[in-house]
Amino acid sequence: MSDLVIDVAGVSKTYRFFRLTDVDLRLEAGQILGFVGPNGAGKTTTIRILMGMLRADRGSVRVLGHAMPKAQAIAKADIGFVSEDLRLHAAATLGWHIRLVAAIYPSWDAAYAATLLSRFNLHPEQPIKALSHGERVKAALLLVLARRPRLLLLDEPTTGLDPVARHEILGELMDVVRDERRAILFSSHNTQDVEQISDQITFIDRGRIIDASDKETFLDRWRRLQFDVPAGMSVPALPGAVSSATSGRVVVVTTKAYGPELEAAVQRAGLAVREVQRMTLEEIFVANVMSTRHEEAR
Amino acid sequence: MNSSLLISQADRRPMYLQIMEQIRHRIAVGDWAPGYELPSIRALAAAVQVSVITVKRAYLELERDGVIVTRQGKGSFVADRADLSLQLRRGELDAHLIAAAGIGRMLGMTADELAARLRAVSDGGAAGAPSDESENEA
Repeated sequence: MSDLVIDVAGVSKTYRFFRLTDVDLRLEAGQILGFVGPNGAGKTTTIRILMGMLRADRGSVRVLGHAMPKAQAIAKADIGFVSEDLRLHAAATLGWHIRLVAAIYPSWDAAYAATLLSRFNLHPEQPIKALSHGERVKAALLLVLARRPRLLLLDEPTTGLDPVARHEILGELMDVVRDERRAILFSSHNTQDVEQISDQITFIDRGRIIDASDKETFLDRWRRLQFDVPAGMSVPALPGAVSSATSGRVVVVTTKAYGPELEAAVQRAGLAVREVQRMTLEEIFVANVMSTRHEEAR
Repeated sequence: MNSSLLISQADRRPMYLQIMEQIRHRIAVGDWAPGYELPSIRALAAAVQVSVITVKRAYLELERDGVIVTRQGKGSFVADRADLSLQLRRGELDAHLIAAAGIGRMLGMTADELAARLRAVSDGGAAGAPSDESENEA
Protein backbone atom coordinates (compact mmCIF):
# COMPACT_ATOMS: atom_id res chain seq x y z
CA MET A 1 0.00 0.00 0.00
CA SER A 2 1.41 3.35 -0.98
CA ASP A 3 -1.36 5.33 0.67
CA LEU A 4 0.22 5.30 4.11
CA VAL A 5 -0.27 8.46 6.13
CA ILE A 6 1.97 7.08 8.86
CA ASP A 7 4.90 4.79 8.11
CA VAL A 8 7.23 4.24 11.05
CA ALA A 9 9.81 1.46 11.06
CA GLY A 10 12.30 0.38 13.70
CA VAL A 11 12.18 3.53 15.76
CA SER A 12 14.09 3.60 19.03
CA LYS A 13 14.74 6.36 21.49
CA THR A 14 16.57 6.02 24.78
CA TYR A 15 16.12 8.11 27.89
CA ARG A 16 17.66 7.61 31.27
CA PHE A 17 14.68 5.79 32.72
CA PHE A 18 12.69 4.87 29.61
CA ARG A 19 13.37 3.35 26.24
CA LEU A 20 11.24 3.18 23.11
CA THR A 21 12.36 0.02 21.32
CA ASP A 22 11.92 -0.92 17.66
CA VAL A 23 8.56 0.73 17.15
CA ASP A 24 6.72 -0.03 13.89
CA LEU A 25 3.53 1.84 13.13
CA ARG A 26 1.46 2.06 9.96
CA LEU A 27 -1.77 3.85 9.17
CA GLU A 28 -3.62 3.98 5.86
CA ALA A 29 -5.71 6.88 4.65
CA GLY A 30 -9.39 6.61 5.59
CA GLN A 31 -8.74 4.76 8.82
CA ILE A 32 -8.73 5.37 12.54
CA LEU A 33 -5.90 3.88 14.58
CA GLY A 34 -6.38 3.33 18.30
CA PHE A 35 -3.03 3.47 20.07
CA VAL A 36 -3.53 1.70 23.36
CA GLY A 37 -1.20 1.34 26.30
CA PRO A 38 -0.93 1.79 30.05
CA ASN A 39 0.33 5.09 31.45
CA GLY A 40 4.02 5.51 30.76
CA ALA A 41 4.05 2.94 27.94
CA GLY A 42 5.46 5.39 25.36
CA LYS A 43 2.32 6.65 23.62
CA THR A 44 3.10 10.35 24.06
CA THR A 45 6.78 9.89 23.12
CA THR A 46 5.75 8.08 19.93
CA ILE A 47 3.26 10.80 19.00
CA ARG A 48 5.88 13.50 19.61
CA ILE A 49 8.25 11.66 17.29
CA LEU A 50 5.47 11.54 14.66
CA MET A 51 5.02 15.30 15.05
CA GLY A 52 8.75 15.89 14.57
CA MET A 53 8.97 17.37 18.07
CA LEU A 54 11.42 14.65 19.07
CA ARG A 55 14.10 13.00 16.97
CA ALA A 56 14.37 9.22 17.07
CA ASP A 57 17.79 7.72 17.83
CA ARG A 58 17.21 5.06 15.17
CA GLY A 59 14.63 4.09 12.56
CA SER A 60 12.62 5.86 9.89
CA VAL A 61 9.60 8.11 10.37
CA ARG A 62 7.42 9.16 7.44
CA VAL A 63 4.24 11.12 7.99
CA LEU A 64 2.03 12.05 5.01
CA GLY A 65 4.95 10.96 2.86
CA HIS A 66 7.37 13.38 4.53
CA ALA A 67 10.50 12.32 6.41
CA MET A 68 10.34 13.51 10.00
CA PRO A 69 11.60 15.57 11.68
CA LYS A 70 13.39 17.02 8.60
CA ALA A 71 10.22 17.95 6.70
CA GLN A 72 8.17 18.83 9.75
CA ALA A 73 7.37 22.35 8.58
CA ILE A 74 5.61 21.05 5.44
CA ALA A 75 4.02 18.05 7.10
CA LYS A 76 2.61 20.03 10.00
CA ALA A 77 0.45 22.15 7.73
CA ASP A 78 -1.66 19.06 7.19
CA ILE A 79 -1.50 17.54 10.68
CA GLY A 80 -3.81 18.44 13.53
CA PHE A 81 -2.24 17.70 16.88
CA VAL A 82 -3.97 17.84 20.24
CA SER A 83 -1.66 17.08 23.13
CA GLU A 84 -2.77 15.96 26.55
CA ASP A 85 -1.92 19.35 28.05
CA LEU A 86 -3.96 21.05 25.26
CA ARG A 87 -1.64 24.12 25.06
CA LEU A 88 -4.27 26.80 25.26
CA HIS A 89 -3.58 30.23 26.76
CA ALA A 90 -5.61 30.39 29.94
CA ALA A 91 -6.09 34.17 29.92
CA ALA A 92 -7.09 34.46 26.24
CA THR A 93 -10.58 33.81 24.89
CA LEU A 94 -11.57 30.99 22.54
CA GLY A 95 -12.23 33.67 19.89
CA TRP A 96 -8.65 34.90 20.20
CA HIS A 97 -7.40 31.36 19.59
CA ILE A 98 -9.72 30.97 16.62
CA ARG A 99 -8.47 34.19 14.98
CA LEU A 100 -4.86 33.15 15.59
CA VAL A 101 -5.23 29.67 14.06
CA ALA A 102 -7.35 31.01 11.16
CA ALA A 103 -4.58 33.53 10.35
CA ILE A 104 -1.88 30.85 10.29
CA TYR A 105 -3.67 28.13 8.33
CA PRO A 106 -5.15 28.97 4.92
CA SER A 107 -7.25 25.79 5.07
CA TRP A 108 -9.29 27.21 8.01
CA ASP A 109 -12.99 26.54 7.43
CA ALA A 110 -14.91 29.32 9.20
CA ALA A 111 -18.32 27.80 8.47
CA TYR A 112 -17.28 24.44 9.95
CA ALA A 113 -15.80 26.26 12.97
CA ALA A 114 -19.17 27.98 13.51
CA THR A 115 -20.96 24.63 13.26
CA LEU A 116 -18.60 23.08 15.79
CA LEU A 117 -19.05 26.03 18.17
CA SER A 118 -22.77 25.38 18.27
CA ARG A 119 -22.46 21.57 18.35
CA PHE A 120 -20.03 21.76 21.25
CA ASN A 121 -21.98 24.61 22.88
CA LEU A 122 -18.89 26.83 23.10
CA HIS A 123 -18.78 30.63 22.87
CA PRO A 124 -15.92 32.66 21.31
CA GLU A 125 -16.01 35.30 24.08
CA GLN A 126 -15.30 32.69 26.79
CA PRO A 127 -11.81 32.90 28.30
CA ILE A 128 -10.11 29.49 28.38
CA LYS A 129 -9.66 29.62 32.16
CA ALA A 130 -13.45 29.79 32.60
CA LEU A 131 -13.98 26.52 30.72
CA SER A 132 -14.40 23.07 32.26
CA HIS A 133 -11.94 20.32 31.31
CA GLY A 134 -14.40 18.84 28.82
CA GLU A 135 -14.98 22.25 27.22
CA ARG A 136 -11.24 22.83 26.92
CA VAL A 137 -10.79 19.51 25.13
CA LYS A 138 -13.64 20.41 22.77
CA ALA A 139 -12.11 23.87 22.21
CA ALA A 140 -8.70 22.35 21.39
CA LEU A 141 -10.34 19.86 19.07
CA LEU A 142 -12.35 22.58 17.34
CA LEU A 143 -9.13 24.49 16.66
CA VAL A 144 -7.64 21.53 14.77
CA LEU A 145 -10.83 20.12 13.18
CA ALA A 146 -11.76 23.40 11.48
CA ARG A 147 -8.39 23.36 9.69
CA ARG A 148 -9.52 20.09 8.08
CA PRO A 149 -6.05 18.52 8.27
CA ARG A 150 -5.48 15.17 6.56
CA LEU A 151 -4.07 13.59 9.69
CA LEU A 152 -5.22 14.05 13.25
CA LEU A 153 -2.86 13.04 16.06
CA LEU A 154 -4.78 13.07 19.31
CA ASP A 155 -3.12 12.25 22.61
CA GLU A 156 -5.73 10.91 25.03
CA PRO A 157 -8.58 13.02 23.62
CA THR A 158 -11.32 11.38 25.67
CA THR A 159 -9.52 10.97 29.00
CA GLY A 160 -11.39 12.55 31.88
CA LEU A 161 -14.47 13.46 29.84
CA ASP A 162 -18.05 12.87 30.85
CA PRO A 163 -20.08 10.43 28.71
CA VAL A 164 -21.90 13.16 26.77
CA ALA A 165 -18.70 14.99 25.83
CA ARG A 166 -17.11 11.67 24.83
CA HIS A 167 -20.08 10.86 22.64
CA GLU A 168 -19.87 14.28 20.93
CA ILE A 169 -16.15 13.93 20.30
CA LEU A 170 -16.30 10.37 18.98
CA GLY A 171 -19.08 11.53 16.65
CA GLU A 172 -16.90 14.32 15.24
CA LEU A 173 -14.02 11.88 14.74
CA MET A 174 -16.27 9.49 12.82
CA ASP A 175 -17.37 12.44 10.70
CA VAL A 176 -13.74 13.13 9.75
CA VAL A 177 -13.26 9.71 8.17
CA ARG A 178 -16.32 10.10 5.95
CA ASP A 179 -13.53 11.51 3.80
CA GLU A 180 -11.39 8.51 2.88
CA ARG A 181 -8.26 10.59 2.32
CA ARG A 182 -8.15 11.55 5.97
CA ALA A 183 -6.96 9.54 8.96
CA ILE A 184 -6.79 9.70 12.73
CA LEU A 185 -4.41 8.29 15.30
CA PHE A 186 -5.63 8.58 18.84
CA SER A 187 -3.99 7.28 21.96
CA SER A 188 -6.07 6.12 24.85
CA HIS A 189 -6.27 3.84 27.77
CA ASN A 190 -10.04 3.88 27.43
CA THR A 191 -10.46 0.66 25.47
CA GLN A 192 -14.20 1.16 25.08
CA ASP A 193 -13.70 4.26 22.92
CA VAL A 194 -11.02 2.47 20.92
CA GLU A 195 -13.17 -0.63 20.42
CA GLN A 196 -16.05 1.49 19.19
CA ILE A 197 -14.44 3.64 16.51
CA SER A 198 -11.01 2.22 15.59
CA ASP A 199 -10.27 0.31 12.40
CA GLN A 200 -6.74 -0.57 13.46
CA ILE A 201 -5.44 -1.19 16.95
CA THR A 202 -1.87 -1.11 18.20
CA PHE A 203 -0.94 -2.12 21.74
CA ILE A 204 2.15 -0.64 23.34
CA ASP A 205 3.66 -1.57 26.69
CA ARG A 206 6.97 -0.58 28.28
CA GLY A 207 8.20 1.09 25.12
CA ARG A 208 7.51 -1.85 22.79
CA ILE A 209 4.69 -2.55 20.37
CA ILE A 210 3.29 -5.82 21.68
CA ASP A 211 0.55 -6.42 19.10
CA ALA A 212 -1.05 -4.71 16.12
CA SER A 213 -3.91 -5.72 13.88
CA ASP A 214 -7.23 -4.59 12.48
CA LYS A 215 -9.94 -4.53 15.13
CA GLU A 216 -12.14 -7.25 13.64
CA THR A 217 -9.23 -9.70 13.63
CA PHE A 218 -8.46 -8.94 17.27
CA LEU A 219 -12.04 -9.50 18.34
CA ASP A 220 -12.34 -12.67 16.22
CA ARG A 221 -9.14 -14.41 17.21
CA TRP A 222 -9.13 -13.89 20.96
CA ARG A 223 -11.36 -16.22 22.95
CA ARG A 224 -11.67 -17.68 26.40
CA LEU A 225 -12.48 -21.41 26.38
CA GLN A 226 -13.84 -23.16 29.38
CA PHE A 227 -13.37 -26.94 29.68
CA ASP A 228 -14.77 -29.36 32.20
CA VAL A 229 -11.92 -31.85 32.28
CA PRO A 230 -12.73 -35.41 33.39
CA ALA A 231 -10.32 -37.14 35.83
CA GLY A 232 -7.29 -38.57 34.07
CA MET A 233 -7.52 -36.16 31.14
CA SER A 234 -5.84 -32.85 30.52
CA VAL A 235 -6.05 -29.95 28.15
CA PRO A 236 -3.34 -30.22 25.46
CA ALA A 237 -1.26 -27.29 24.27
CA LEU A 238 -3.61 -25.27 22.05
CA PRO A 239 -2.69 -22.92 19.20
CA GLY A 240 -2.17 -19.35 20.39
CA ALA A 241 -2.77 -20.17 24.05
CA VAL A 242 -1.51 -17.27 26.16
CA SER A 243 -2.72 -18.39 29.56
CA SER A 244 -4.41 -21.26 31.30
CA ALA A 245 -6.04 -21.31 34.71
CA THR A 246 -7.14 -24.47 36.49
CA SER A 247 -9.66 -24.59 39.30
CA GLY A 248 -10.64 -28.10 40.24
CA ARG A 249 -12.01 -29.79 37.10
CA VAL A 250 -12.54 -26.48 35.32
CA VAL A 251 -9.79 -25.21 33.02
CA VAL A 252 -10.00 -21.82 31.35
CA VAL A 253 -7.67 -21.23 28.40
CA THR A 254 -7.19 -17.83 26.78
CA THR A 255 -6.13 -18.01 23.13
CA LYS A 256 -5.19 -15.45 20.51
CA ALA A 257 -5.64 -17.88 17.62
CA TYR A 258 -9.21 -19.12 17.75
CA GLY A 259 -10.25 -20.89 14.55
CA PRO A 260 -10.66 -24.26 12.79
CA GLU A 261 -7.14 -25.41 13.73
CA LEU A 262 -7.84 -24.88 17.41
CA GLU A 263 -11.23 -26.55 17.20
CA ALA A 264 -9.60 -29.58 15.56
CA ALA A 265 -6.98 -29.77 18.32
CA VAL A 266 -9.72 -29.74 20.95
CA GLN A 267 -11.59 -32.49 19.14
CA ARG A 268 -8.48 -34.65 18.80
CA ALA A 269 -7.98 -34.38 22.56
CA GLY A 270 -11.52 -35.70 23.01
CA LEU A 271 -12.46 -32.75 25.17
CA ALA A 272 -15.81 -31.02 25.33
CA VAL A 273 -15.76 -27.24 25.46
CA ARG A 274 -18.34 -26.02 27.90
CA GLU A 275 -18.22 -22.42 26.77
CA VAL A 276 -16.41 -20.27 24.23
CA GLN A 277 -16.45 -16.63 25.24
CA ARG A 278 -15.69 -13.61 23.16
CA MET A 279 -13.53 -11.01 24.85
CA THR A 280 -13.83 -7.26 25.01
CA LEU A 281 -10.90 -5.22 23.74
CA GLU A 282 -10.11 -4.38 27.36
CA GLU A 283 -9.83 -8.06 28.28
CA ILE A 284 -7.73 -8.71 25.18
CA PHE A 285 -5.46 -5.79 26.03
CA VAL A 286 -4.90 -6.89 29.64
CA ALA A 287 -4.32 -10.55 28.63
CA ASN A 288 -1.89 -9.38 25.96
CA VAL A 289 0.10 -7.16 28.32
CA MET A 290 0.23 -9.79 31.07
CA SER A 291 1.36 -12.59 28.74
CA THR A 292 4.04 -10.40 27.13
CA ARG A 293 5.38 -9.30 30.50
CA HIS A 294 5.31 -12.91 31.68
CA GLU A 295 7.33 -14.07 28.68
CA GLU A 296 9.87 -11.28 29.12
CA ALA A 297 10.30 -12.19 32.76
CA ARG A 298 11.35 -15.72 31.81
CA MET B 1 -32.85 9.38 9.55
CA ASN B 2 -33.35 6.24 7.49
CA SER B 3 -30.13 4.65 8.69
CA SER B 4 -30.96 4.69 12.37
CA LEU B 5 -29.75 1.28 13.37
CA LEU B 6 -29.54 0.49 17.05
CA ILE B 7 -26.11 -0.75 18.07
CA SER B 8 -25.62 -1.66 21.70
CA GLN B 9 -22.34 -2.08 23.54
CA ALA B 10 -24.20 -4.06 26.19
CA ASP B 11 -25.22 -6.62 23.56
CA ARG B 12 -22.79 -9.54 23.81
CA ARG B 13 -22.80 -10.15 20.06
CA PRO B 14 -20.08 -8.40 18.07
CA MET B 15 -21.07 -5.13 16.47
CA TYR B 16 -20.83 -6.38 12.90
CA LEU B 17 -23.39 -9.09 13.66
CA GLN B 18 -25.70 -6.53 15.24
CA ILE B 19 -25.48 -4.38 12.12
CA MET B 20 -26.18 -7.39 9.86
CA GLU B 21 -29.14 -8.41 11.98
CA GLN B 22 -30.64 -4.92 11.94
CA ILE B 23 -30.26 -4.56 8.19
CA ARG B 24 -31.82 -7.99 7.62
CA HIS B 25 -34.68 -6.95 9.87
CA ARG B 26 -35.28 -3.67 8.00
CA ILE B 27 -35.51 -5.70 4.80
CA ALA B 28 -37.65 -8.46 6.36
CA VAL B 29 -40.30 -6.00 7.59
CA GLY B 30 -40.33 -4.28 4.18
CA ASP B 31 -38.80 -0.92 5.20
CA TRP B 32 -36.00 -1.47 2.73
CA ALA B 33 -37.42 -2.89 -0.51
CA PRO B 34 -35.46 -4.75 -3.20
CA GLY B 35 -33.26 -2.24 -5.05
CA TYR B 36 -33.23 0.18 -2.09
CA GLU B 37 -29.88 1.98 -1.82
CA LEU B 38 -28.21 1.40 1.52
CA PRO B 39 -26.28 4.22 3.19
CA SER B 40 -22.61 4.25 2.16
CA ILE B 41 -20.28 2.38 4.52
CA ARG B 42 -18.71 5.61 5.75
CA ALA B 43 -22.04 7.38 6.17
CA LEU B 44 -23.49 4.51 8.20
CA ALA B 45 -20.30 4.25 10.27
CA ALA B 46 -20.55 7.96 11.12
CA ALA B 47 -24.29 7.69 11.83
CA VAL B 48 -23.99 4.83 14.30
CA GLN B 49 -20.50 5.83 15.54
CA VAL B 50 -18.97 2.48 14.77
CA SER B 51 -15.69 1.96 12.95
CA VAL B 52 -15.64 1.81 9.16
CA ILE B 53 -14.02 -1.63 9.17
CA THR B 54 -16.92 -3.04 11.21
CA VAL B 55 -19.59 -1.72 8.84
CA LYS B 56 -17.52 -2.88 5.89
CA ARG B 57 -17.42 -6.39 7.31
CA ALA B 58 -21.19 -6.41 7.86
CA TYR B 59 -21.78 -5.32 4.24
CA LEU B 60 -19.33 -7.93 2.89
CA GLU B 61 -21.04 -10.75 4.77
CA LEU B 62 -24.51 -9.58 3.74
CA GLU B 63 -23.27 -9.53 0.17
CA ARG B 64 -21.93 -13.06 0.53
CA ASP B 65 -25.32 -14.14 1.87
CA GLY B 66 -27.02 -12.62 -1.19
CA VAL B 67 -28.95 -10.09 0.87
CA ILE B 68 -27.34 -7.01 -0.68
CA VAL B 69 -25.36 -6.31 -3.81
CA THR B 70 -22.51 -3.82 -4.11
CA ARG B 71 -21.84 -2.18 -7.44
CA GLN B 72 -18.37 -0.74 -7.68
CA GLY B 73 -18.48 3.04 -7.44
CA LYS B 74 -22.29 3.08 -7.25
CA GLY B 75 -23.08 1.85 -3.79
CA SER B 76 -24.84 -1.02 -2.06
CA PHE B 77 -28.42 -2.04 -2.73
CA VAL B 78 -30.93 -4.49 -1.33
CA ALA B 79 -30.77 -7.56 -3.60
CA ASP B 80 -33.41 -7.59 -6.29
CA ARG B 81 -35.19 -10.79 -5.30
CA ALA B 82 -38.95 -10.87 -4.89
CA ASP B 83 -38.81 -13.51 -2.16
CA LEU B 84 -36.04 -11.85 -0.13
CA SER B 85 -38.23 -10.40 2.62
CA LEU B 86 -40.06 -13.70 3.06
CA GLN B 87 -36.76 -15.60 3.12
CA LEU B 88 -35.31 -13.30 5.74
CA ARG B 89 -38.39 -13.69 7.93
CA ARG B 90 -38.07 -17.47 7.54
CA GLY B 91 -34.40 -17.09 8.45
CA GLU B 92 -35.33 -15.28 11.65
CA LEU B 93 -37.79 -18.09 12.45
CA ASP B 94 -35.17 -20.74 11.68
CA ALA B 95 -32.73 -19.10 14.08
CA HIS B 96 -35.27 -19.52 16.88
CA LEU B 97 -36.09 -23.08 15.83
CA ILE B 98 -32.41 -24.05 15.76
CA ALA B 99 -32.02 -22.70 19.28
CA ALA B 100 -35.12 -24.60 20.40
CA ALA B 101 -33.85 -27.81 18.76
CA GLY B 102 -30.57 -27.43 20.64
CA ILE B 103 -32.36 -27.16 23.97
CA GLY B 104 -34.56 -30.12 23.00
CA ARG B 105 -31.46 -32.25 22.36
CA MET B 106 -30.05 -31.23 25.73
CA LEU B 107 -33.32 -32.41 27.33
CA GLY B 108 -33.04 -35.69 25.43
CA MET B 109 -36.11 -35.06 23.26
CA THR B 110 -36.57 -36.75 19.87
CA ALA B 111 -37.52 -34.67 16.81
CA ASP B 112 -41.07 -36.05 17.04
CA GLU B 113 -41.38 -35.09 20.69
CA LEU B 114 -40.09 -31.62 19.84
CA ALA B 115 -42.59 -31.32 16.97
CA ALA B 116 -45.40 -32.39 19.27
CA ARG B 117 -44.29 -29.81 21.78
CA LEU B 118 -44.27 -27.14 19.06
CA ARG B 119 -47.83 -28.11 18.06
CA ALA B 120 -48.92 -27.87 21.66
CA VAL B 121 -47.33 -24.43 22.00
CA SER B 122 -48.91 -23.23 18.71
CA ASP B 123 -52.33 -24.37 19.92
CA GLY B 124 -51.85 -22.37 23.07
CA GLY B 125 -51.67 -25.52 25.14
CA ALA B 126 -48.37 -24.79 26.81
CA ALA B 127 -49.53 -22.07 29.16
CA GLY B 128 -48.85 -24.14 32.26
CA ALA B 129 -45.32 -24.48 33.62
CA PRO B 130 -43.58 -27.82 33.01
CA SER B 131 -44.43 -30.22 35.82
CA ASP B 132 -40.87 -30.81 37.06
CA GLU B 133 -40.37 -27.08 37.63
CA SER B 134 -43.36 -26.82 39.94
CA GLU B 135 -42.04 -29.83 41.85
CA ASN B 136 -38.78 -27.98 42.45
CA GLU B 137 -40.64 -25.09 43.97
CA ALA B 138 -42.56 -27.33 46.39
